[in-house]
Amino acid sequence: MSMGVEDADRFRSLATAELPRLYSVARRLVGAEAEDAVQDCLLKAFRAFPTLENPGAGPAWLLAVLVNCCRDRGRRNSRRMEDSTEDEDLDRFSLYRKIALEDPFPYSDSLHLDFLAQFSREDVRAVLLSLPLLHRAPLVLVHMEGFSTKEVATMLDAPLGTVLARLHRGRKLFERRLWEYAEEHGLLRRGAVG
Amino acid sequence: MISCSDAVRQLWEYLDGAVAEADRARIEEHLAFCRRCCGEVEFGHELRRFLTDHADDDVPDEVLRRLRSTLDQLEEPR
Repeated sequence: MSMGVEDADRFRSLATAELPRLYSVARRLVGAEAEDAVQDCLLKAFRAFPTLENPGAGPAWLLAVLVNCCRDRGRRNSRRMEDSTEDEDLDRFSLYRKIALEDPFPYSDSLHLDFLAQFSREDVRAVLLSLPLLHRAPLVLVHMEGFSTKEVATMLDAPLGTVLARLHRGRKLFERRLWEYAEEHGLLRRGAVG
Repeated sequence: MISCSDAVRQLWEYLDGAVAEADRARIEEHLAFCRRCCGEVEFGHELRRFLTDHADDDVPDEVLRRLRSTLDQLEEPR
């Protein structure tokens, strides 16, 4: 299908409106390669735009193209896309209990909220980027971008059960990495003083 | 009656409303008497809010300019 002038204009208008969101999602999925991933997405989506039947689905469609571009980059770059090794302890890990047990801020009346308050936007992004892309993608798309698990399954071209399992593992990994990151980056000491 | 660790394992799915009816009933039965797990549920809500609150990023103007320029350079139809 060829691209007419009107299609090209409609595509530019759609993509311009969605650029901030695309870049924001890409930063969480591929970190420093976000700009390249968005460029890949724009090129690929421009070519495929005439095949988009429902213009109302444009924003979600564009995001799906972006997610695919991010996955391609993840595959090329490293093993981050791969599942991490089996870890039976992870399933039963509870950040809530870890914080209560370790009690990092002894004078706090709201220990758990104070723990979360130590994390800047940059810290949260770094924690997310330390997770395998396989688990990070559903976590970002469901909990940060507000898509349903069914929509994410379509976007990732994966069965719903697979997405639910990856999301479950992603959330557990996220909880555990929050704690590890706080320890590694001195957030617990800083919170205890502040 | 399920244990605390079984309740914790299903917590996020419970908050999503994605557990089967029988599992939901078992979790709620557990929550009715376990104060610690009620704390888990509250914290689960907080963690979800925490993720949502960290969703938006400011895009540097320079990056936006470059991406808009990519859009402008997409080949026009002939």
